[in-house]
Amino acid sequence: MKKTNFKRIGLLMLLLFSISALFVSCKTDKQGSNELVWSADPTEKIVGEEKAILTDPPMVPPQITRKHATKVIVELEVVEKEMEIMDGVNYMFWTFGGTVPGKFIRVREGDLVEFHLKNHPSSKVPHNIDLHAVTGQGGGAEATFTAPGHETVFSFTALNKGLFIYHCATAPVGMHIANGMYGLILVEPKEGMSKVDKEYYVCQGDFYTKGAYGESGTQPFDMSKALEETPDYVLFNGKVGAIAGDNAIKAKVGEKVRLFVGNGGPNLVSSFHVIGEVFDNVYVEGGTLVNHNVQTTIVPAGGSAITEFRYKRASNLVLVDHSIFRTFNKGALGILKVEGEKNTTIYSGQSDDRIYQIEGGTIQTMPEEAKLAPKAMNKEERIAKGKQVYVSNCQACHQADGNGIPNSFPPLAKSDYIKGNSSKAISAVVNGLTGQITVNGKSYNSIMPKQSLSDDEVANVVTYILNNFGNEGGEVTPAQVAPVRKK
Amino acid sequence: MIFIEGGTYVPLYDLIDSGKVKIESFYIDKYPVTNKEYQVFVQKFPEWQKGNVKAIYADKNYLQHWQYSDKLGNNTQIENSPVVNISWFAAKKYCECQGKRLATVDEWEYVAIASETKKNAAKDLAFYQKILDWYGRPNPKVMPNVGKGFKNIYGVYDIHGLVWEWNLDFISALSTKDSRNGNNLDKNEFCGAASSGSKNPSNYAAFMRYAMRSSLKANYSQPNLGFRCVKSIKK
Repeated sequence: MKKTNFKRIGLLMLLLFSISALFVSCKTDKQGSNELVWSADPTEKIVGEEKAILTDPPMVPPQITRKHATKVIVELEVVEKEMEIMDGVNYMFWTFGGTVPGKFIRVREGDLVEFHLKNHPSSKVPHNIDLHAVTGQGGGAEATFTAPGHETVFSFTALNKGLFIYHCATAPVGMHIANGMYGLILVEPKEGMSKVDKEYYVCQGDFYTKGAYGESGTQPFDMSKALEETPDYVLFNGKVGAIAGDNAIKAKVGEKVRLFVGNGGPNLVSSFHVIGEVFDNVYVEGGTLVNHNVQTTIVPAGGSAITEFRYKRASNLVLVDHSIFRTFNKGALGILKVEGEKNTTIYSGQSDDRIYQIEGGTIQTMPEEAKLAPKAMNKEERIAKGKQVYVSNCQACHQADGNGIPNSFPPLAKSDYIKGNSSKAISAVVNGLTGQITVNGKSYNSIMPKQSLSDDEVANVVTYILNNFGNEGGEVTPAQVAPVRKK
Repeated sequence: MIFIEGGTYVPLYDLIDSGKVKIESFYIDKYPVTNKEYQVFVQKFPEWQKGNVKAIYADKNYLQHWQYSDKLGNNTQIENSPVVNISWFAAKKYCECQGKRLATVDEWEYVAIASETKKNAAKDLAFYQKILDWYGRPNPKVMPNVGKGFKNIYGVYDIHGLVWEWNLDFISALSTKDSRNGNNLDKNEFCGAASSGSKNPSNYAAFMRYAMRSSLKANYSQPNLGFRCVKSIKK
C-alpha cells in the first residue's frame, strides 16, 4: 500500500473515531446542576453502604432490620446456559444469576441502589435489565444495555415499596423473557414487614419449545408458538418439579408462611392458588392493598402478589396455576410440605377431593394420537425410557419418590395394589381408574385419567415402576399391554 | 469472492413497502476472515499486533485467544476458524489493506436474507427458525473452521451459524438500548419495541442481529464476533 494512501486512511479513521467518541459521550447521562432532587423521604439520609445478599429460588434474603436507608450494591451476572426444563429435557436458558427465575433482590424503601449488570463473556447476545421498582427511563434498561463481556452500572432510589418483577428488555424482548430472564425485587416498607416463620420465592413463567411437553433431548425456543401464546410448559421456578418431590418447600404446623409470588410471563396471566388453603393476607398485585381470606389471586404477566397464611395441619399443600390444565399438563405444580400434627378436627382428608371435581366427574379422554418413540431393546432401556414417561405423565400426582400425595394420589411405592399383578397397573394407565381402591391399607376414591400412551410407552413406564420405589421388579412387554386395553 | 447481483430488499425496520432499499451489485468474501489470514495481516502491519494496538482502537480483549502478539501460537486447530476478538477499527483496516471494505448493514442483510435455496427467504419461517436455533445455542468451546456449515444460494458460507460479523455502519439502524423506547428515534430506523411497528415481526432472528450491533462500540472485541470483506464494482 502506498504511503499517502495509508495516511489518508489513518486520517479517516481518526475522523471516524471522533464521531464514534461523540456518540459515546452523548450516551452518558450527565446530571445537570439545576436538576430537581427527589428522595423517598427528604428527612431520611442515606447512611452507610452494603452489598446486597442475593438468593437463588425458592429462597429469599433475610428480612431487613435496619431502621435507616443505605446504599445497596447489587451485582447481577447474566449467564446463558443449558439446563433441564424437565428431567431428560434440556433448554438453553438465559438467566439473571444462573437461575430461573433470577436471583431475589431485597432492599428497603428509600435505599439508594447501585446496580451492576455483568454480561458473561460467553454470552451470545447483549442483555439489559428493566426493574419495575425503578422510576426512570426504561426501568434501568437503557442504562444497562450490556454487550457480552461487559459490565454496566447505574443507580436508582427505591421510591415505591412493593414486590416487583425485573426482566430483560433487549430486542426481541419476548424471547429474552421466554428464555427465563426475569425475577423479583422486593422493596420493603421503611417500617419493615411483619415477622413470619418462613418466606419463599415462587415465580411462574411460560416456555415455548420446538418439541411438545416431555419430548426429550435439547429443545430450542419456538418463536411461532410464542407468538401464538401456546406454551408447552408453564412452570414454577423454571423446571418441572422445581419445588415438588424432594425439592418441595417446607414449613411446620402453626408456622406463618409468606410466599413472594411473581409471574415473568411472557404471555400468560396466572391464577395462583394453593390447594387446601385460604390465604389469610394477600398483598394485591404486590402493592400496599391487603385483601383477606382469598382463595385464588391473579398474578399478571410482569406482576406479583404476596400471600401469607398459617397452616394448622400436617399436609402437602399443592401450589397451582388454577388455569388448571397448565398444572396437570404443562408442569405448573409445586408442593409446600407442612410437617407436624394432623389435626383431624380442623381438616378431614376429604377436603382434598376438590382437585378431581375441578376436572369434572367423568374419566377424561386424552387425545388418541400415539407418540412415536424409539423402542426399548432390553429391560434396562425399558426402565430408562419408562422414567421419562413417568416424569412427563405420572410424577405430578404420584411424585418423584412414588409416595403419591396422602388422601389424594395413591402411592406407587411398595404398592400392594399392583404386587403380583402388573396388569392392574397396565389397566390403570391405559384405561384410567375410578372408584374406591385400597392401597397399602389406605383407601382412595379418586379418578385417574386414561393416559394417551403407546403400548411401548406403557410397557416402559410400568416396568420402571415395578423396578423402582421398593416394588418387586419384573418386566412388562408391549405384547402384554395390548390385551389389557378396553376396546 | 462471490458476485452478488444488486436488487432491492425491504429492511426489517421499514414500515412501508415504498421504503425498499436499493443494493448495487458487489463482491463478498466467500468465508469470514480466518485466524491464519489475520496473522499475515498483523505480521505485515505490526501496529495491529496484540501488544501494539492503541487502546482507542481495540479494548483489552483484542486477539485474546492468540498466544503471541503476532501469531496464533500452538492452537493450530483454529487456524482456519474465523478470527474473533477483533475490534471494528481492526476489521475495517484489514479490509482496506486488502483493497476491500466492510459490508454495510444493508448489503450484509441482503446476503443474509438468502437461504440455501432462495435469494429472498424473507417469508420462510423454517429458515428463520434455523437461524434462531443457532442464536440459542452456546458459543462452542472450539470455534469450528470456516466453510463447514451453512452455505446460501449465492455460495456464501457461514453468514449464519458461525459468528456475528462487523458491518461498516453497524450502529446506523438502532435498536435503542431499551429496545421498547421508540419515541425519540426516527421510526424508520427503529426496530426494537418487541417487534411492533416493523415490517416483518416474525423475523426475530434479524432483531437479534440489530440488537447485537446496537450493543457494540467500535473498540469492542468479542469472542463470537468476526468479520468478512466486500468490494464494490467499479463503474
